[in-house]
Parts: sequence; C-alpha cells; structure tokens
Amino acid sequence: MQMTADGRETSSKEPVKTATRDIYLPSERKKISGGGTPHVQAKDFSIYYGEFEAVKKVNADILSKYVTAIIGPSGCGKSTFLRAINRMNDLISSCRTTGALLFDGEDIYGKFTDEVLLRKKIGMVFQKPNPFPKSIFDNIAYGPRLHGMNDRKQLAEVVERSLRKAALWDEVSDRLDRNALGLSGGQQQRLCVARALAVEPEILLLDEPTSALDPKATAKIEDLIQELRGSYTIMIVTHNMQQASRVSDYTMFFYEGVLVEYAPTAQLFTNPKDRMTEDYITGRFS
Amino acid sequence: MNVGTRKILDRSFTAVGIGSIVVMGIALLIVIVPIVFNGMGSVFFTGTIEHRNMLYNEFGKGNSDVLARENAAAGAYRREIYSMLSKFEAELESMEPEKQQELRAQYGPVRTALQALFGPLPGDPEAVLTRYKYGQTRWDKAQEKLHEFLYEAKWDYSDPNAMAKEYFVSRAAGFEGTSLVKLFPYVEKNLDRLLRPEFTVYWGFLTDSSVDSHIFGGIWPEIQGTFFLAVGAMLFAFPLGVIAAVYFTEYAQDGFFTSMLRSANSTLAGVPSIVFGLFGLAFFINTLKVSESKSVLAGSLTLAIMILPTIIRAAEEAILSVPKTYKEASLSLGSTKWNTIMTVILPAALPGILTGGVISLGRAAGETAPIIFTAAVSVGSAIGLADVFSSPTPALSWNIYNLASEHEAAAEIRHVQYGMVLALVGIVLLLNLSAILLRARISKKLKG
Repeated sequence: MQMTADGRETSSKEPVKTATRDIYLPSERKKISGGGTPHVQAKDFSIYYGEFEAVKKVNADILSKYVTAIIGPSGCGKSTFLRAINRMNDLISSCRTTGALLFDGEDIYGKFTDEVLLRKKIGMVFQKPNPFPKSIFDNIAYGPRLHGMNDRKQLAEVVERSLRKAALWDEVSDRLDRNALGLSGGQQQRLCVARALAVEPEILLLDEPTSALDPKATAKIEDLIQELRGSYTIMIVTHNMQQASRVSDYTMFFYEGVLVEYAPTAQLFTNPKDRMTEDYITGRFS
Repeated sequence: MNVGTRKILDRSFTAVGIGSIVVMGIALLIVIVPIVFNGMGSVFFTGTIEHRNMLYNEFGKGNSDVLARENAAAGAYRREIYSMLSKFEAELESMEPEKQQELRAQYGPVRTALQALFGPLPGDPEAVLTRYKYGQTRWDKAQEKLHEFLYEAKWDYSDPNAMAKEYFVSRAAGFEGTSLVKLFPYVEKNLDRLLRPEFTVYWGFLTDSSVDSHIFGGIWPEIQGTFFLAVGAMLFAFPLGVIAAVYFTEYAQDGFFTSMLRSANSTLAGVPSIVFGLFGLAFFINTLKVSESKSVLAGSLTLAIMILPTIIRAAEEAILSVPKTYKEASLSLGSTKWNTIMTVILPAALPGILTGGVISLGRAAGETAPIIFTAAVSVGSAIGLADVFSSPTPALSWNIYNLASEHEAAAEIRHVQYGMVLALVGIVLLLNLSAILLRARISKKLKG
C-alpha cells in the first residue's frame, strides 16, 4: 500500500511575522511554489539491528519543499528512519536494510551510491547541538571547504548567507573568529543548521532539534523552520506534538516500527483515521 | 547506619586519604631534597685555585693575569711545604736503616694525601691522567682530604662479635722528633691560603665535555645524548602510535584479529625494559644491522618500540573521548571518513595524544636498560647530528648508573652523580611541564 499525503494548502495570505505562534496556522503559512513532488520514497523499507526489525516495511512519499514531522513514542523507530535517509546508520555495524529507499528516484542503499555525495545533498541537524570546537567561521566553512571551496572571499559570502538563513547573522557577525562552543545552546543549534545549509543540501533532516533547548530557543528554531520551509524539504523528528502541529505540513506517526498513519498535519491532529493515532495524540499513551 | 557512624566513617576516610598523600609527599621530599641540594652543589660550590687552573688549562676559561697572581700567592705558601719535605727527605737519608724504613712507610701516605690536596709535588713524574694534574678543585672535598692528611684511618678488630670500628690516629705523632712534625699544623692552619677557596658558579658542568671520565664534571655529551635518544624514539614512535590508534578506533572491526592485536599491545606495555634492550641488540643491530655496533639510531628504535604501546593507548583513549557527535556532524556534511579523522577527530584528540606523547618522551629519556646494549657508552664526546646513524653516545640515565657503581673513582665524584641525576630529573620535569602547558593551551583553544 502506497501511502500518499494529499490536500495541499492553497492559502494566498502572506504570513505575518509576529512574536506569537499564530503565524504557524496552516491558513497563514506562506505559499509554496514548485514543490510537492516525491523527494524521498520508501518502498517496503525495513531497517534491522541484527535480528531486531526497528522499522517495518514502510511505504511513504516525502514531498519536496514541505515540512514533514515524524512523531511517535520513544523507541518507535522514528529516529532510525530519519537517519536512514542520509545513511547515518552506517556507523552502526549491525544495521542493515531491506526494501528500497529512493532519493530523487535513486536507491539510497544502492550498490553504487556514494554516501558522501548523498550526505552532501541531505543535511542533518542532531538532537544535541554539536558545533565543532573551532571558530564560528570555520564551523560554517567546514562543509564548503571539504567540497573544494578555498577562496577566502567566496567562503565569507557563503558563511554570511548561511548565517543569515539560519537567523544567526545579527547575533554573531562581530565575533566570527570566536569559538563556537562559547555560544548559547540555542545559538549553537542554529549554527548547526547554518552549517548544514552551507553545503546547499536539498533535504534537511532535523532529529529532535529542540529537545535540548529552552522554550525561547525552541521558538527561534521553529521560526527558522518556517523561514526555510519552501526552500528545502524538511523532515523533523519530534517528541513534542504541539511542535509537530505548529511547524509541519504533513505528519507521520510511527508505532513500534510501523508507519501507522501519514496525513496532512491538520487532518492527522483533528481527524485521525487510526485508533492508535488518536490514542497517542490525545495522550492516552506515550 | 545512623548519621553519627556515617560521619565518623566519612571523617576517618578523609583522614586516611590525607594521611597517605602526606606520607607520599614526605617520601618524595626525602628523595628530592638531597638530589636538588647536592645536584645544585655540582654547579654552585666553593672552588679552589685548582679548579680555576683546571678551567684555564683544559678549557681556556678565566683571566690569565689574575690567575698568575693567585698562583704566585698560593705558591709562596706551597713552597714552604715543599722545602719542609725536602728537608725531611734529607734527614731520612742520614737515619739508621730501621728507623728510616719505618718512617718511609709512614711518609708515603703523607705524600699521597698532599698530592690529592695540591696536585703533583716537586720531583713527581709528569701525570698522565688529567685527574692527577690538579689538586682538590672543591673546598668541601679539600676539607675531607685535609682530614685524611692529618689522621690515619685504622680499624679496630678487637671484638670478634662486632663489626670492625674505624678510628683515627694523628699522623703527626708518628713523625715525633723529626722536622716533618711542623708540616701538619702548617697545612691545617694555612689551607685556605694554599687553595684560595672562592664561591664558584660552574655552568661548564652542564655545557662542557667531560674531562678524564667525569672527574671534573662536564656532562654536556650526556645531556645531548639523552636528547637525541628521546627525540629519535619519538620520531619513530609518535607517528606510528597515532596511526595505530586511529586504526584501532576507527577502522578495526571487532573480531578475533583485533582483540589479538589489542592484547599484544597490552603485553608489549608490560615487557621489562631490559628485554627490550636485548631485543634491540638482537634485532636492530645483529639482524637488521642498522649500524655496525651501538648507535643512537639503534637505541632510538629500541626506545621507540618500548614506548609505542603507551603512545597507542594514550592516543586511543584520546580519540575515543572525542564526542561521537563531532563525527556525526562531519559525516552529515558530506565528509569522508579520512577527512573526518584528519580535520575533526585528531584535532579534538590532540591534547590527549600530546600528553601521552610527552609522558612517553620523559620515559624514553629516563630509561637505562634499553640503551645499555644498543646506544650507550660510559665516556665519549658529544656527537654531531650526522653521526647518529653510526655512533654511540653517552646518556644521562646510563652514566648515572655507571658513575654510581662502575666508575673507578665513584666515591670521589658523588657530586657529579648528583648533578647528573638533577639534570635528568630537570629534563623530565621540563618536558612534563611543557606538556601540561601545551595541553592547557590547546584545550583552551578548543573550548573557546
């Protein structure tokens, strides 16, 4: 069964930037042009840790330029699924996959897939802010340098552009040569987003990006996701259902490795088709 | 357990902890204080005119005019001694044979003691060894020699159940009734005029080559040899160790082969150093023939093998302590494994790797056994950098042992031994200090 989300928003109203959360109301979100094609496709995709099947036969299309949230209780395989998309699970030697996971129609786990090139196109931000113990500039420039950009002026442009996209430029533009570990947790996380953006990925994977942050920093990250929405395909794993409903266009609900329901966020939260989903989002189990 | 008992237990544990640290500190102090005090004594001491003569003749240091004036002043007093000696010798000739023989037997040691104090006496054949060309160069030693000159040491064996006791008999008493009897009070009274003691700072002890197998100090060849050996060992062991550690932590799959390698590494760390010494001789010199005979190269290689396990383990620990998140972050940006290791993991692990390296460097500098058969000689001049592939070298660790146990005049040159020990301790301490500073600097840079 191929599960495809449908019912895209057609709101024409421009988003109003205010300090309140209301800007995330689906009706007020900015319109997305040119997106909506399947960017990542899972076909009977399973992930095993040794004998244990952590993700079971998932079928789903992730639509480009939209924000897709993945929710579910702890240990349900949502992080595992997210990390499978840029092959971060390769670090775990006992991990193997069956079925197919396609990125732009190409098999991510194909024999001839270059995981280094793949990761360049699929950036990731992790649960805990993890800037390198280098200067802010060097953190952002790390990716571009890896991919052969050595011109200082060009690098400076990329650094500024990435920091602006991550809404961090105004806060750090005067201390780019300072160590990134001196920043606050929220700033560090936005730095990590900027670092991922600097290599110009097509997809941005966010693995519980706000779980280690305070509410204020969380709000900034959520703002940021809204800013990036429409430019990148974004997938976000979160424990926080309010967050999922605020920031995402589509939501996937995982339970014990099974993709239980995948639907437009508004629909999933107001009118879930599955009993399990309803129980989870109403807080009957977690 | 009630609160009272718990508190008593806590406090007694604190007391035991502090107590053991204090005991260790005292033990360390007991060892370090004499080393520092006596070691400093090899550079800062009261030197006699003999020391200044030695410096001028052997190294061309000092002011010749001043020295000539000093020698003239001391000479005036010494000539008095020489004339007493010749007067006594003339007296001897005219004595009856039995008395003459008895006095000659006593006169020999007196002359020896005088030679030890003031150098060759008139009529002595020219000394071959440098050590016999000069009298006492140090005032503290001169005072010991004066005692030997004034008193004869004898042993009391009367009680067969106890150890023999040493006692002293005045030499002057033996010459009662001859003209020589006046010599003893004369020397005792005028010793400072004869030797002209003066506070001396002898940096040459550290920077000069040794004269006549360390009798007068001069330990530069040893310091340099130690430096060459330790740095040479580092040049081999450090890159190899870091590469091995990277392999163990990043590339090796957990399996039989890897666990074998790991336990081999641990075993290597526990092998006694003398075994490494013999291995170095058998493998590097006899089998590989890296050099004709002992050489700095062979010694460095042997030391490198010895410190390799330590470096590997330290580097492994350091690499493992780098947060996994750095690696994930780098890989997620499209970095290759190799690039991740070079640009993220190794820089973050650098403080730990360096600390391990410098501790090993200190160990390589201090080890004796591995270089006995592969690199060390007791006496030699400082070698040039080009000679490290073929020449052996003196080294501090080996010469400390050598001077303390095998040197023919070991008892005479305790101050040189202490000086060497202090130099070695100082070098190792300096290395460790620089490691701590370097580590602090890099850590600070990493932490921001």
